[in-house]
Amino acid sequence: MNDKVAPNLLGTIEDDELDEPIPAMQQLLDNPFLLLFIGVAMPTVLYVIWGVMEIVSIPMAK
Amino acid sequence: MSAIEPPVERIWWKQPLDRVEGTWIVIAFVWCIVMFVMMPYWHIYGKQNLSNEAYRTTAEAYLKKATESAEKTTVRTETDLKIPVVHPAPGGDAYLVARLWQWWPMLELEEGKTYRIHLASMDFLHGFSLQPENINIQVHPGYEHIVTVTPTRAGTYSIICNEYCGINHHTMASKLYVVK
Amino acid sequence: MINRNFRTDPATGLVFHETAEKLIRANAVAAVVSLLVGGILAFFVIMTRWPAVHLLPADWFYLVLTAHGVDMLVLWIIFFEIAVLYFAGCVLLKCRLAAPKWAWTGFWLMVIGGIMNNVAVFRGDSSVMFTSYVPMGAHPAFYLGLILFAVGALIGCFVFLGSLVVAKSEKTYNGSLPLVTFGAVVACIIAVFTIASGAIILIPTFLWSVGLIPTIDSLMYKTVWWAFGHSSQQINVSAHVAIWYAIAAIVFGAKPMSEKVSRGAFLLYIFFLQLASAHHLLSDPGLTSNWKIFNTSYAMYLAVLASMVHGLTVPGAIEVAQRQKGYNRGLFEWLRKAPWGNPVFSGMFISLVGFGFLGGISGVMMGTEQLNLIIHNTIYVPGHFHATVVVGTTLAFMAMTYFLIPTLFRREIMFPKLAKWQPYLFGLGMSGFALFMMGAGTLGVPRRHWDMTFAGNPLGYEFAGTAYLMMGLTAICGLIAIIGGGAYLLITVGSVFFGKKIDVPEYRTLTLREGAAPRPVRQPVAVAIGAHHGNIGIAGFVAPGTFTLAMVFLVAFVLYYFVNWKYLSTVWPLS
Ligand code: HEM
Ligand SMILES: [Cu+2]
Ligand SMILES: [Cu+2]
Repeated sequence: MNDKVAPNLLGTIEDDELDEPIPAMQQLLDNPFLLLFIGVAMPTVLYVIWGVMEIVSIPMAK
Repeated sequence: MSAIEPPVERIWWKQPLDRVEGTWIVIAFVWCIVMFVMMPYWHIYGKQNLSNEAYRTTAEAYLKKATESAEKTTVRTETDLKIPVVHPAPGGDAYLVARLWQWWPMLELEEGKTYRIHLASMDFLHGFSLQPENINIQVHPGYEHIVTVTPTRAGTYSIICNEYCGINHHTMASKLYVVK
Repeated sequence: MINRNFRTDPATGLVFHETAEKLIRANAVAAVVSLLVGGILAFFVIMTRWPAVHLLPADWFYLVLTAHGVDMLVLWIIFFEIAVLYFAGCVLLKCRLAAPKWAWTGFWLMVIGGIMNNVAVFRGDSSVMFTSYVPMGAHPAFYLGLILFAVGALIGCFVFLGSLVVAKSEKTYNGSLPLVTFGAVVACIIAVFTIASGAIILIPTFLWSVGLIPTIDSLMYKTVWWAFGHSSQQINVSAHVAIWYAIAAIVFGAKPMSEKVSRGAFLLYIFFLQLASAHHLLSDPGLTSNWKIFNTSYAMYLAVLASMVHGLTVPGAIEVAQRQKGYNRGLFEWLRKAPWGNPVFSGMFISLVGFGFLGGISGVMMGTEQLNLIIHNTIYVPGHFHATVVVGTTLAFMAMTYFLIPTLFRREIMFPKLAKWQPYLFGLGMSGFALFMMGAGTLGVPRRHWDMTFAGNPLGYEFAGTAYLMMGLTAICGLIAIIGGGAYLLITVGSVFFGKKIDVPEYRTLTLREGAAPRPVRQPVAVAIGAHHGNIGIAGFVAPGTFTLAMVFLVAFVLYYFVNWKYLSTVWPLS
């Protein structure tokens, strides 16, 4: 699929590409391990920890 | 080139939104907010909300309360098992015990009156399923859940179990009477 | 010695690493075997729930239902997902598989765990359903099997992540991951959370079953269990969405309408999708409405938004690709001229439509805090999830298999005529099955219930005649789906073992330098899709047909949603 492209292996980066920095959001989306951290932290805090705290704070019946 | 190859552009995040996508995102987002708002809205203006009132309890403590209450309010017994039918005072408390494989006792309520119904299981999870109203509430062991209900139509209702609770799960059924 | 044997598939240009290929095959085969077992069990389940037939005795019914749940939802789906991860990782990135020994260890742990769990169930003392709510206890092997399986799957996830690192360091691709691989990353992230939650709850439960822990709180169990049980459904969603994009790319050469929108939608999945586990606890005591509303709505339905976006961008990308090929007339020429006889496409498209219209709408409806009261634990629930995990995920996986058999197994598809019909039989049968189950659930018919007639029980409830009709129709549609599933098994097993071999170049060893991706001619910044080809579409909309379908979907959604509020408003007041 890429075969027809000139094979300048590991080649130099064209100048125009260096001009603009990669936007922060794109960097985030390109970082699987940061995403992994977020994807585990969010439900752990919002679902599991919050839920468990509510359960342990249920009062005793009279 | 395509979704199975890396994007050809070095920076794709700055691609302007296409009109089809942009319009749809706005419409879908509005709909999402509407759906979200419906839940708090119903808590304020709607009449059917599941109570948050629950307590930690034990099977013994709960059974004791339920038995004492039933002794005071039993009006008759039904079936060969002599299951008491209780007629709690309108506005008062009624206790329902869920256990393998029975709902105990049977309740007789008055139409248009409000009751605090207590629910707890003695053993496994059970499912309170009132038919044909189709009101379904999970019943846990170790927790006493108090729901306030107002039956609006007189008649004979059924409570079936709709949480799998073992080999005789499908036999766990009872009646609930609503009288004028 | 690192294995650097690769081969290039001449038909598709895909590059297969030898070890990765073997693992993809092994996982796919294990998946199909699980589907076979689960499918046989499905027959007995549905034949028992058909009131007119009522095939099995009660103890067998509950046993078989437990095994059906485990073998389908856990084994078939997760084995296939590991195959998808390795495919999206190694094949699409043209890279070698990281840590092959670990990958095989993970695979065998999954096999052993799956068998151990099944043995426990078929011994007869573990008919606890796949949810295994405590304090109802199963044989310790039931939990241990699931734990081993989960550990194996977790290893698979890390091998996948490791392969991404390998691809990056060996420069087998440039820039960002392909969108499909990114979708697989999302599935993998969700899987890590899923499996961690499973471990947190199943390990103590196992210890409890052997007597080392005195009690486990049922509410605590149910809450944490669903962080595992429902999140695993979200792995499926991410995985099958990734497959939709892959099939759109494979069949049509479709390019995502915008990487930003599609990846942004996947990001919303990472943030919010897993919160929805809370919809399993909406009718439970003790958890507050704040927790319930926030979590069940995926924080304001932002993950639903993401699914609605994917539901638009996948067919939208197909529409754009078709219009560019010249099918640019009217609203729907692109769709009419789609290859409806190609099971890769038809399976994917039925999966998309069925998942959205049946699974999506019903899921959001019953995941609403108050509406759950009139649905919880009725047979509506299996109706809903057979629309999501069967019509959606399973059918998407089936469609993908038709692509994998020639490329991965290098065999021609046997029974091509049957293959043409298979997605319709299975997809439409299952859709009808799901719809009628939902109908019966609306009438109160309970799930996991051996006898809706309450025969011989003086206190039993007599369901309306329509409820019986619905269950009968459910069964008939279920049988059609089983025939469709059987056709799939026949075609895949037949092709893999007896199909005509396709001759392709064998593996050859690539050096690090040869394996590196050539630097493509890359545009610096992406421009809007319309800017390339301003002359397709209608009124500035490049995909007007898809947009119209999306609006039809929205109208159906809104109507159905409010019909259920109307219905709720008529039941007894509760507070
Ligand atoms: C042709 C195919 C299938 C048929 C006819 C079928 C039929 C059924 C029926 C009748 C039930 C039981 C409902 C009840 O009594 O609660 C059920 C449950 C279930 N099915 Fe299927 N099914 C099929 C395929 C699948 C597939 C492919 C999956 C997963 C990928 C699946 C996953 C499940 C699960 C998880 C349950 C719930 C078990 C439980 O409640 O514990 N099924 N199925
Ligand atoms: Cu029960
Ligand atoms: Cu039960």
